[in-house]
Amino acid sequence: MERVPILKIGQVLLVSIQVDLQDQTVLALQEDLADRIVRTGARGVIIDITAVDIVDSFIGRMFATIASMSRLMDAETVVVGMRPAVAITLVELGLSLGGVRTALDLEKGMRLLGAPLPTIGSGAVDGP
Amino acid sequence: MSKATGDARLPELLRSRRDVILDRWVDLVVAGVRGRITESELRTELSELYGLIERATGGEREAAGELRAALTEISRTRARQGFSPSETAVSVFSLKQAVLEQVGAIEDVAAYAEFAAFSSEIDDLGLVTFETYAAAREQVIADQTEQLLELSTPVVKLWDGILGVPLVGTLDSARAQVVMETLLERLVETGSQFAVIDITGVPAVDTEVAQHLLKTVMAARLMGTDCVISGIRPQIAQTIVALGIEFGDIPTKASLADALEWALERSGTRVVGGAGA
Repeated sequence: MERVPILKIGQVLLVSIQVDLQDQTVLALQEDLADRIVRTGARGVIIDITAVDIVDSFIGRMFATIASMSRLMDAETVVVGMRPAVAITLVELGLSLGGVRTALDLEKGMRLLGAPLPTIGSGAVDGP
Repeated sequence: MSKATGDARLPELLRSRRDVILDRWVDLVVAGVRGRITESELRTELSELYGLIERATGGEREAAGELRAALTEISRTRARQGFSPSETAVSVFSLKQAVLEQVGAIEDVAAYAEFAAFSSEIDDLGLVTFETYAAAREQVIADQTEQLLELSTPVVKLWDGILGVPLVGTLDSARAQVVMETLLERLVETGSQFAVIDITGVPAVDTEVAQHLLKTVMAARLMGTDCVISGIRPQIAQTIVALGIEFGDIPTKASLADALEWALERSGTRVVGGAGA
Protein backbone atom coordinates (compact mmCIF):
# COMPACT_ATOMS: atom_id res chain seq x y z
CA MET A 1 0.00 0.00 0.00
CA GLU A 2 1.23 3.48 -0.84
CA ARG A 3 1.95 5.78 2.07
CA VAL A 4 1.83 9.55 1.79
CA PRO A 5 5.11 11.09 2.97
CA ILE A 6 4.98 13.60 5.82
CA LEU A 7 7.66 16.32 5.75
CA LYS A 8 8.65 18.52 8.63
CA ILE A 9 9.50 22.20 8.17
CA GLY A 10 10.24 23.85 11.49
CA GLN A 11 7.16 23.54 13.62
CA VAL A 12 4.97 22.56 10.72
CA LEU A 13 4.22 19.17 9.19
CA LEU A 14 3.69 19.19 5.44
CA VAL A 15 1.61 16.53 3.73
CA SER A 16 1.79 16.88 -0.03
CA ILE A 17 -0.66 14.55 -1.72
CA GLN A 18 0.66 13.50 -5.11
CA VAL A 19 -1.20 10.24 -5.71
CA ASP A 20 -4.80 9.22 -6.24
CA LEU A 21 -6.02 8.67 -2.73
CA GLN A 22 -7.41 5.27 -1.88
CA ASP A 23 -9.46 4.92 1.28
CA GLN A 24 -6.75 2.71 2.81
CA THR A 25 -4.07 5.32 2.06
CA VAL A 26 -6.17 7.98 3.76
CA LEU A 27 -6.60 5.89 6.90
CA ALA A 28 -2.88 5.17 7.03
CA LEU A 29 -2.13 8.87 6.57
CA GLN A 30 -4.35 9.78 9.52
CA GLU A 31 -2.53 7.27 11.69
CA ASP A 32 0.96 8.36 10.59
CA LEU A 33 0.10 12.00 11.01
CA ALA A 34 -1.25 11.61 14.55
CA ASP A 35 1.91 9.74 15.40
CA ARG A 36 4.20 12.39 13.92
CA ILE A 37 2.40 15.30 15.58
CA VAL A 38 2.96 13.76 18.98
CA ARG A 39 6.58 12.80 18.28
CA THR A 40 7.64 16.14 16.78
CA GLY A 41 5.43 18.41 18.81
CA ALA A 42 4.36 20.18 15.64
CA ARG A 43 2.14 23.25 15.93
CA GLY A 44 0.64 23.10 12.49
CA VAL A 45 -0.28 20.74 9.66
CA ILE A 46 -0.44 21.77 6.03
CA ILE A 47 -2.18 19.47 3.57
CA ASP A 48 -1.20 20.43 0.04
CA ILE A 49 -3.72 19.16 -2.50
CA THR A 50 -2.48 21.10 -5.52
CA ALA A 51 -2.06 17.85 -7.44
CA VAL A 52 -5.44 16.40 -6.51
CA ASP A 53 -7.99 16.45 -9.33
CA ILE A 54 -10.64 14.13 -7.95
CA VAL A 55 -12.22 14.03 -4.52
CA ASP A 56 -15.11 12.10 -3.06
CA SER A 57 -17.02 12.55 0.15
CA PHE A 58 -14.71 10.18 2.00
CA ILE A 59 -11.66 12.28 1.23
CA GLY A 60 -13.65 15.43 1.94
CA ARG A 61 -14.39 14.12 5.41
CA MET A 62 -10.72 13.20 5.86
CA PHE A 63 -9.74 16.87 5.95
CA ALA A 64 -12.25 17.54 8.71
CA THR A 65 -11.15 14.44 10.64
CA ILE A 66 -7.46 15.36 10.43
CA ALA A 67 -8.27 18.91 11.50
CA SER A 68 -10.19 17.92 14.63
CA MET A 69 -7.64 15.25 15.42
CA SER A 70 -4.70 17.64 15.24
CA ARG A 71 -6.57 20.31 17.15
CA LEU A 72 -6.77 17.87 20.04
CA MET A 73 -2.99 17.69 19.90
CA ASP A 74 -2.73 21.49 19.66
CA ALA A 75 -1.80 21.71 16.00
CA GLU A 76 -3.73 23.74 13.49
CA THR A 77 -4.61 22.35 10.06
CA VAL A 78 -4.54 24.31 6.80
CA VAL A 79 -5.61 22.85 3.48
CA VAL A 80 -3.80 24.59 0.61
CA GLY A 81 -3.92 24.62 -3.17
CA MET A 82 -7.43 23.37 -3.77
CA ARG A 83 -8.34 23.37 -7.48
CA PRO A 84 -11.55 25.14 -8.55
CA ALA A 85 -13.08 21.87 -9.78
CA VAL A 86 -12.38 20.21 -6.44
CA ALA A 87 -13.88 23.13 -4.52
CA ILE A 88 -17.01 23.02 -6.68
CA THR A 89 -17.33 19.27 -6.17
CA LEU A 90 -17.02 19.54 -2.39
CA VAL A 91 -19.64 22.30 -2.30
CA GLU A 92 -21.98 20.23 -4.46
CA LEU A 93 -21.43 17.32 -2.09
CA GLY A 94 -22.48 19.61 0.72
CA LEU A 95 -19.11 19.47 2.51
CA SER A 96 -18.00 22.85 3.76
CA LEU A 97 -15.07 21.52 5.83
CA GLY A 98 -16.04 23.31 9.02
CA GLY A 99 -13.04 23.83 11.27
CA VAL A 100 -10.49 23.56 8.48
CA ARG A 101 -8.63 26.66 7.43
CA THR A 102 -7.72 27.07 3.81
CA ALA A 103 -5.18 29.02 1.77
CA LEU A 104 -4.58 29.48 -1.92
CA ASP A 105 -1.05 28.11 -1.98
CA LEU A 106 1.62 26.65 0.23
CA GLU A 107 3.31 29.99 0.82
CA LYS A 108 0.13 31.61 2.08
CA GLY A 109 -0.59 28.55 4.18
CA MET A 110 2.83 28.78 5.84
CA ARG A 111 2.28 32.44 6.59
CA LEU A 112 -1.08 31.55 8.07
CA LEU A 113 0.59 29.16 10.51
CA GLY A 114 3.93 30.85 10.97
CA ALA A 115 3.26 34.41 12.00
CA PRO A 116 -0.04 35.47 13.48
CA LEU A 117 -1.29 37.50 10.54
CA PRO A 118 -4.95 37.99 11.34
CA THR A 119 -5.58 39.79 8.08
CA ILE A 120 -4.83 36.88 5.81
CA GLY A 121 -7.57 34.38 5.23
CA SER A 122 -8.58 34.44 8.87
CA GLY A 123 -12.21 34.16 9.74
CA ALA A 124 -12.66 32.07 6.63
CA VAL A 125 -14.15 29.29 8.63
CA ASP A 126 -13.65 30.15 12.24
CA GLY A 127 -11.69 32.88 13.92
CA PRO A 128 -8.07 32.52 15.02
CA MET B 1 -32.05 0.18 -76.76
CA SER B 2 -33.31 -3.38 -77.04
CA LYS B 3 -31.36 -4.75 -74.09
CA ALA B 4 -32.48 -1.98 -71.77
CA THR B 5 -35.00 -3.31 -69.28
CA GLY B 6 -35.76 0.07 -67.82
CA ASP B 7 -33.33 0.40 -64.93
CA ALA B 8 -30.32 1.75 -66.76
CA ARG B 9 -31.73 4.69 -68.63
CA LEU B 10 -31.42 7.49 -66.17
CA PRO B 11 -27.82 6.81 -65.09
CA GLU B 12 -26.95 6.56 -68.76
CA LEU B 13 -28.71 9.84 -69.45
CA LEU B 14 -26.95 11.55 -66.53
CA ARG B 15 -23.63 10.38 -67.91
CA SER B 16 -24.11 11.11 -71.58
CA ARG B 17 -25.70 14.53 -71.16
CA ARG B 18 -23.61 15.56 -68.20
CA ASP B 19 -22.50 18.93 -69.57
CA VAL B 20 -25.93 19.97 -70.81
CA ILE B 21 -27.65 19.10 -67.53
CA LEU B 22 -24.92 20.62 -65.39
CA ASP B 23 -24.96 23.87 -67.41
CA ARG B 24 -28.71 24.12 -67.12
CA TRP B 25 -28.57 23.36 -63.37
CA VAL B 26 -25.94 26.02 -62.76
CA ASP B 27 -28.03 28.54 -64.75
CA LEU B 28 -31.13 27.77 -62.71
CA VAL B 29 -29.30 28.06 -59.39
CA VAL B 30 -27.43 31.23 -60.36
CA ALA B 31 -30.77 32.91 -61.03
CA GLY B 32 -31.87 31.93 -57.52
CA VAL B 33 -28.82 33.07 -55.53
CA ARG B 34 -28.71 36.47 -57.21
CA GLY B 35 -24.99 37.10 -57.18
CA ARG B 36 -24.20 36.14 -53.61
CA ILE B 37 -21.98 33.33 -54.85
CA THR B 38 -19.86 33.59 -57.99
CA GLU B 39 -20.82 31.35 -60.88
CA SER B 40 -17.47 29.55 -60.95
CA GLU B 41 -17.70 28.79 -57.24
CA LEU B 42 -21.20 27.46 -57.74
CA ARG B 43 -20.11 25.39 -60.71
CA THR B 44 -17.38 23.69 -58.67
CA GLU B 45 -19.85 22.93 -55.90
CA LEU B 46 -22.52 21.61 -58.22
CA SER B 47 -20.17 19.51 -60.37
CA GLU B 48 -18.98 17.80 -57.24
CA LEU B 49 -22.58 17.14 -56.21
CA TYR B 50 -23.46 16.05 -59.72
CA GLY B 51 -20.63 13.54 -59.77
CA LEU B 52 -21.84 12.06 -56.50
CA ILE B 53 -25.48 11.98 -57.61
CA GLU B 54 -24.39 10.24 -60.80
CA ARG B 55 -22.57 7.57 -58.82
CA ALA B 56 -25.39 7.20 -56.31
CA THR B 57 -27.96 6.78 -59.08
CA GLY B 58 -25.68 4.17 -60.61
CA GLY B 59 -26.14 2.17 -57.42
CA GLU B 60 -22.91 2.91 -55.53
CA ARG B 61 -23.73 2.71 -51.84
CA GLU B 62 -20.83 4.69 -50.49
CA ALA B 63 -21.52 7.49 -52.95
CA ALA B 64 -24.89 8.01 -51.28
CA GLY B 65 -23.16 8.59 -47.95
CA GLU B 66 -20.61 10.92 -49.47
CA LEU B 67 -23.38 12.78 -51.20
CA ARG B 68 -25.16 13.44 -47.93
CA ALA B 69 -21.95 14.59 -46.29
CA ALA B 70 -21.17 16.96 -49.16
CA LEU B 71 -24.69 18.33 -49.11
CA THR B 72 -24.57 18.81 -45.35
CA GLU B 73 -21.33 20.75 -45.72
CA ILE B 74 -22.77 22.98 -48.44
CA SER B 75 -25.96 23.80 -46.56
CA ARG B 76 -23.99 24.51 -43.40
CA THR B 77 -21.86 27.03 -45.30
CA ARG B 78 -24.96 28.53 -46.86
CA ALA B 79 -26.64 28.86 -43.47
CA ARG B 80 -23.68 30.86 -42.18
CA GLN B 81 -23.65 33.01 -45.33
CA GLY B 82 -27.22 34.01 -44.51
CA PHE B 83 -29.12 32.11 -47.20
CA SER B 84 -32.67 31.14 -46.36
CA PRO B 85 -33.28 27.40 -46.05
CA SER B 86 -35.63 27.34 -49.03
CA GLU B 87 -33.01 28.98 -51.26
CA THR B 88 -30.61 26.18 -50.46
CA ALA B 89 -33.27 23.53 -50.93
CA VAL B 90 -34.43 25.06 -54.22
CA SER B 91 -30.92 24.91 -55.63
CA VAL B 92 -31.06 21.14 -55.07
CA PHE B 93 -34.57 20.83 -56.45
CA SER B 94 -33.72 22.69 -59.64
CA LEU B 95 -31.67 19.67 -60.70
CA LYS B 96 -35.00 17.93 -61.27
CA GLN B 97 -36.01 20.50 -63.85
CA ALA B 98 -32.68 20.24 -65.64
CA VAL B 99 -32.93 16.45 -65.80
CA LEU B 100 -36.62 16.45 -66.72
CA GLU B 101 -35.91 18.62 -69.76
CA GLN B 102 -33.42 16.03 -70.99
CA VAL B 103 -35.77 13.13 -70.21
CA GLY B 104 -38.38 14.95 -72.30
CA ALA B 105 -35.88 15.39 -75.10
CA ILE B 106 -35.12 11.66 -75.50
CA GLU B 107 -38.84 10.81 -75.54
CA ASP B 108 -38.58 7.54 -73.70
CA VAL B 109 -41.48 6.42 -71.52
CA ALA B 110 -39.33 4.12 -69.34
CA ALA B 111 -37.07 7.02 -68.52
CA TYR B 112 -40.09 8.94 -67.20
CA ALA B 113 -40.86 6.10 -64.82
CA GLU B 114 -37.29 6.14 -63.57
CA PHE B 115 -37.45 9.88 -63.25
CA ALA B 116 -40.25 9.55 -60.69
CA ALA B 117 -37.95 7.52 -58.40
CA PHE B 118 -35.05 9.86 -59.09
CA SER B 119 -37.27 12.80 -58.24
CA SER B 120 -38.18 11.43 -54.83
CA GLU B 121 -34.49 10.84 -54.08
CA ILE B 122 -33.77 14.45 -54.89
CA ASP B 123 -36.63 15.44 -52.59
CA ASP B 124 -34.92 13.52 -49.79
CA LEU B 125 -31.69 15.39 -50.51
CA GLY B 126 -33.60 18.66 -50.34
CA LEU B 127 -34.86 17.68 -46.91
CA VAL B 128 -31.31 16.94 -45.81
CA THR B 129 -30.33 20.51 -46.63
CA PHE B 130 -33.29 21.76 -44.63
CA GLU B 131 -32.38 19.73 -41.60
CA THR B 132 -28.75 20.75 -41.75
CA TYR B 133 -29.79 24.35 -42.09
CA ALA B 134 -31.88 24.20 -38.95
CA ALA B 135 -29.10 22.42 -37.06
CA ALA B 136 -26.48 24.92 -38.24
CA ARG B 137 -28.61 27.87 -37.15
CA GLU B 138 -29.21 26.29 -33.78
CA GLN B 139 -25.46 25.83 -33.41
CA VAL B 140 -24.95 29.52 -34.19
CA ILE B 141 -27.51 30.45 -31.53
CA ALA B 142 -25.92 28.11 -28.99
CA ASP B 143 -22.48 29.60 -29.68
CA GLN B 144 -23.83 33.10 -29.23
CA THR B 145 -25.54 32.17 -25.99
CA GLU B 146 -22.26 30.85 -24.68
CA GLN B 147 -20.40 33.98 -25.75
CA LEU B 148 -23.04 36.11 -24.07
CA LEU B 149 -22.63 34.10 -20.89
CA GLU B 150 -18.92 34.76 -20.88
CA LEU B 151 -19.43 38.43 -21.68
CA SER B 152 -21.91 38.80 -18.87
CA THR B 153 -19.66 37.40 -16.16
CA PRO B 154 -16.54 39.53 -15.94
CA VAL B 155 -14.16 39.08 -13.05
CA VAL B 156 -12.10 42.21 -12.48
CA LYS B 157 -9.14 43.02 -10.28
CA LEU B 158 -10.11 45.80 -7.88
CA TRP B 159 -6.86 45.93 -5.97
CA ASP B 160 -3.82 43.80 -5.38
CA GLY B 161 -5.27 40.58 -4.00
CA ILE B 162 -8.90 41.72 -4.32
CA LEU B 163 -11.13 40.52 -7.15
CA GLY B 164 -14.49 42.02 -8.05
CA VAL B 165 -17.42 40.20 -9.66
CA PRO B 166 -20.03 42.72 -10.81
CA LEU B 167 -23.20 40.77 -11.55
CA VAL B 168 -25.79 42.32 -13.83
CA GLY B 169 -29.09 40.72 -14.73
CA THR B 170 -30.88 37.61 -13.63
CA LEU B 171 -28.75 34.88 -12.17
CA ASP B 172 -29.92 31.51 -13.45
CA SER B 173 -28.24 28.18 -12.84
CA ALA B 174 -26.16 28.23 -16.03
CA ARG B 175 -24.87 31.73 -15.35
CA ALA B 176 -24.25 31.04 -11.70
CA GLN B 177 -22.14 28.06 -12.71
CA VAL B 178 -20.07 30.19 -15.12
CA VAL B 179 -19.66 32.89 -12.46
CA MET B 180 -18.41 30.32 -9.98
CA GLU B 181 -15.98 28.72 -12.40
CA THR B 182 -14.57 32.00 -13.71
CA LEU B 183 -14.16 33.43 -10.23
CA LEU B 184 -12.40 30.34 -8.88
CA GLU B 185 -10.08 30.14 -11.86
CA ARG B 186 -9.15 33.79 -11.56
CA LEU B 187 -8.51 33.30 -7.84
CA VAL B 188 -5.93 30.67 -8.66
CA GLU B 189 -4.37 32.77 -11.45
CA THR B 190 -4.09 35.93 -9.39
CA GLY B 191 -3.61 34.40 -5.95
CA SER B 192 -6.20 36.78 -4.55
CA GLN B 193 -7.19 36.63 -0.89
CA PHE B 194 -10.46 38.49 -1.25
CA ALA B 195 -13.36 38.61 -3.65
CA VAL B 196 -16.19 41.13 -3.75
CA ILE B 197 -19.38 39.84 -5.35
CA ASP B 198 -21.45 42.87 -6.28
CA ILE B 199 -25.15 42.27 -6.92
CA THR B 200 -26.20 45.88 -7.49
CA GLY B 201 -27.27 44.94 -11.01
CA VAL B 202 -29.27 41.89 -10.02
CA PRO B 203 -32.93 42.91 -10.18
CA ALA B 204 -34.29 40.28 -7.80
CA VAL B 205 -32.88 37.84 -5.32
CA ASP B 206 -34.85 34.66 -4.75
CA THR B 207 -33.92 31.49 -2.91
CA GLU B 208 -32.31 30.04 -6.03
CA VAL B 209 -30.04 33.03 -6.60
CA ALA B 210 -29.14 33.08 -2.91
CA GLN B 211 -28.32 29.38 -3.07
CA HIS B 212 -25.99 29.99 -6.02
CA LEU B 213 -24.26 32.86 -4.24
CA LEU B 214 -23.79 30.76 -1.13
CA LYS B 215 -22.26 27.93 -3.13
CA THR B 216 -19.84 30.30 -4.82
CA VAL B 217 -18.77 31.79 -1.51
CA MET B 218 -18.34 28.33 0.03
CA ALA B 219 -16.22 27.10 -2.86
CA ALA B 220 -14.04 30.22 -2.68
CA ARG B 221 -13.59 29.65 1.05
CA LEU B 222 -12.45 26.10 0.45
CA MET B 223 -9.71 27.56 -1.70
CA GLY B 224 -8.70 30.01 1.00
CA THR B 225 -10.37 33.19 -0.19
CA ASP B 226 -12.80 35.38 1.72
CA CYS B 227 -15.83 36.67 -0.14
CA VAL B 228 -18.01 39.64 0.64
CA ILE B 229 -21.36 40.28 -1.02
CA SER B 230 -22.10 43.91 -1.78
CA GLY B 231 -24.83 45.92 -3.43
CA ILE B 232 -27.71 44.78 -1.26
CA ARG B 233 -30.36 47.39 -2.05
CA PRO B 234 -33.23 48.13 0.36
CA GLN B 235 -35.82 46.15 -1.63
CA ILE B 236 -33.46 43.22 -1.96
CA ALA B 237 -32.73 43.27 1.77
CA GLN B 238 -36.49 43.21 2.38
CA THR B 239 -36.99 40.29 0.00
CA ILE B 240 -34.14 38.34 1.56
CA VAL B 241 -35.57 38.79 5.03
CA ALA B 242 -39.11 38.05 3.86
CA LEU B 243 -37.95 34.84 2.18
CA GLY B 244 -36.04 33.86 5.29
CA ILE B 245 -32.77 33.43 3.39
CA GLU B 246 -29.83 32.99 5.72
CA PHE B 247 -26.45 34.23 4.52
CA GLY B 248 -24.80 32.80 7.60
CA ASP B 249 -21.46 34.35 8.46
CA ILE B 250 -20.85 35.73 4.97
CA PRO B 251 -20.16 39.45 5.26
CA THR B 252 -22.60 41.61 3.30
CA LYS B 253 -22.26 45.29 2.52
CA ALA B 254 -24.62 47.91 1.14
CA SER B 255 -22.25 49.29 -1.48
CA LEU B 256 -19.25 48.19 -3.47
CA ALA B 257 -17.22 50.94 -1.82
CA ASP B 258 -17.94 49.55 1.65
CA ALA B 259 -16.99 46.06 0.52
CA LEU B 260 -13.72 47.29 -1.00
CA GLU B 261 -12.90 49.15 2.18
CA TRP B 262 -13.61 46.03 4.21
CA ALA B 263 -11.37 43.92 2.00
CA LEU B 264 -8.58 46.51 2.01
CA GLU B 265 -8.62 46.70 5.77
CA ARG B 266 -8.63 42.95 6.14
CA SER B 267 -5.69 42.67 3.79
CA GLY B 268 -3.71 45.09 5.91
CA THR B 269 -4.09 48.24 3.81
CA ARG B 270 -5.25 51.17 5.91
CA VAL B 271 -7.88 53.36 4.30
CA VAL B 272 -7.46 56.97 5.38
CA GLY B 273 -10.70 58.97 5.47
CA GLY B 274 -12.92 56.09 4.38
CA ALA B 275 -15.30 56.60 1.49
CA GLY B 276 -18.75 57.76 2.47
CA ALA B 277 -17.87 57.49 6.16
